[in-house]
Amino acid sequence: MPHVQVRSLSVWYGSAQVLKDITVDIPDRQITCIIGPSGCGKTTLLKSLNRLLELTPYARVSGKVLVDGEDIYADHVDVVNLRKKMGLLSQKPQPLPMSIYENVAFGPRVHGMRARKELSSTVEHYLKAAGLWEEVKERLHEPAAQLSVGQQQRLCLARGLAVEPEVILCDEPTAALDPVSAQTIERRFKELSHDYTILVVTHILRQAKRLAHHVLFMYMGELVEAGPARQIFDSPAHPETQAYIRGDIS
Amino acid sequence: MSWRHIEERAFKGLMLFSTALVVGSLLWIVAVVLWKGAGALKLSMLVQMPRGGAYGDEGGILNGIVGSMLLSLPATVMAGLVALPVCIILQDEHAGRNPLIRTARLSLDVLWGIPSIVYGAFGYTLMVYLGLRASVLAGIIAITFVQLPIVARAIDEVMKAVPRELKEAAYATGATRFEVATRVVLRQCLPGILTGLLLGFGRGIGDAAALIFTAGYSDRIPGTLAEPVASLPLTVFYLLGTPYPETRARAYAAAFVLLVIVLTVSVVSRFVAVRFRRSTVS
Repeated sequence: MPHVQVRSLSVWYGSAQVLKDITVDIPDRQITCIIGPSGCGKTTLLKSLNRLLELTPYARVSGKVLVDGEDIYADHVDVVNLRKKMGLLSQKPQPLPMSIYENVAFGPRVHGMRARKELSSTVEHYLKAAGLWEEVKERLHEPAAQLSVGQQQRLCLARGLAVEPEVILCDEPTAALDPVSAQTIERRFKELSHDYTILVVTHILRQAKRLAHHVLFMYMGELVEAGPARQIFDSPAHPETQAYIRGDIS
Repeated sequence: MSWRHIEERAFKGLMLFSTALVVGSLLWIVAVVLWKGAGALKLSMLVQMPRGGAYGDEGGILNGIVGSMLLSLPATVMAGLVALPVCIILQDEHAGRNPLIRTARLSLDVLWGIPSIVYGAFGYTLMVYLGLRASVLAGIIAITFVQLPIVARAIDEVMKAVPRELKEAAYATGATRFEVATRVVLRQCLPGILTGLLLGFGRGIGDAAALIFTAGYSDRIPGTLAEPVASLPLTVFYLLGTPYPETRARAYAAAFVLLVIVLTVSVVSRFVAVRFRRSTVS
């Protein structure tokens, strides 16, 4: 059974329906790219998977999202534990207003890690996993805001990994980055996909082609087509998908 | 010259004029106060208690300076303690669609608009009801009411400016609302919170109307919270109400001291805000 299963998920912002009856399984330990034109509901789908939507006052959700078989929108679900299973990487890097070290230690700390030694080795481990350790090991206690944008995004990746999630949710994670930093992040994703289920929202078709094992194509709030990357890119079944892959709509 | 060029020039002129008006009035006020109070402005004004005559024609205004501090500093702390939790719950992810919380912001705006004499009268009614007399405590409470909406709305604006994505990033690690509020939002807003508190302090220390009935006036520095206390704005008010030019000069000197305190607080708050902003995320 896959970690993440979506069943008849619909989302409304006020009276506008932005996701329409979406049902899909996200394959484990692979990179799944969610593609589609702007405003098609890609980010909303991503945020509905760890209940970040409920921070928006007028968002309403119906249907189910099963994580490890459990409906995350059921009443008794502990949202803190749910979010611990899902790392998030946003479009613009969002380092927390604290030091580099504290950024990575933030998650482990809120989940109860106190011992200094354990925290330090955790921080080091995940900074290495995010490919940032060599660049920051001399200045761990400087404000994270002083890092370059590309470094900040890898720091955010390290922070996400440090809570030991099963799934990493990425919302256009390279949109704010220069080409070299973007490449570094993409390389990390490929390595991490051996151990993690990775979902990447992207509107860059070429990035999806480079990264994806699996592709979801969304259009106007609907999931038009889902399948292995090669199938979607080489022989899309639906006319909208064909038009998008050809570049007729973007 | 085309009409559009004239328009452009005229608009630029208007902007410069308005700016000059703003800067000019500040300088003018300072100049007038300084000029009228120069005769009385001596070091002894700052360090001595009033002596002689009903309004203290000799000695200093130390009672007013110390009294103002005794009232405004605790009031600022109290306003901050009330404002912080209010501001946190006013933010979208806490407020949700709760109508009570949504009206709180409006209430703060209304409270802001209430003249401070009304707070004074309100405080006075409370005191009569509780059997208190004019005292430091009553003054602090009245000034807290004057400061609260200013401090709260200032902090609210700063908290509204925290990027949603930043909060989402913190929530995504599995942090609770309390943890996000205290460890991320408060930290991110620290410069703004300090500015808000100093703004409130500046308003509180300059207020006379809320204090007339609540804090009263005294020639001494109070030893307990239950004694009446002087304040700089009321010192100015009472001294200025006398027919004697020498005493009125002392009023202007007191006003100048008050101005210097308020200006210093403004400048320091700017400075502090800039210093702290360096380590937060833009």
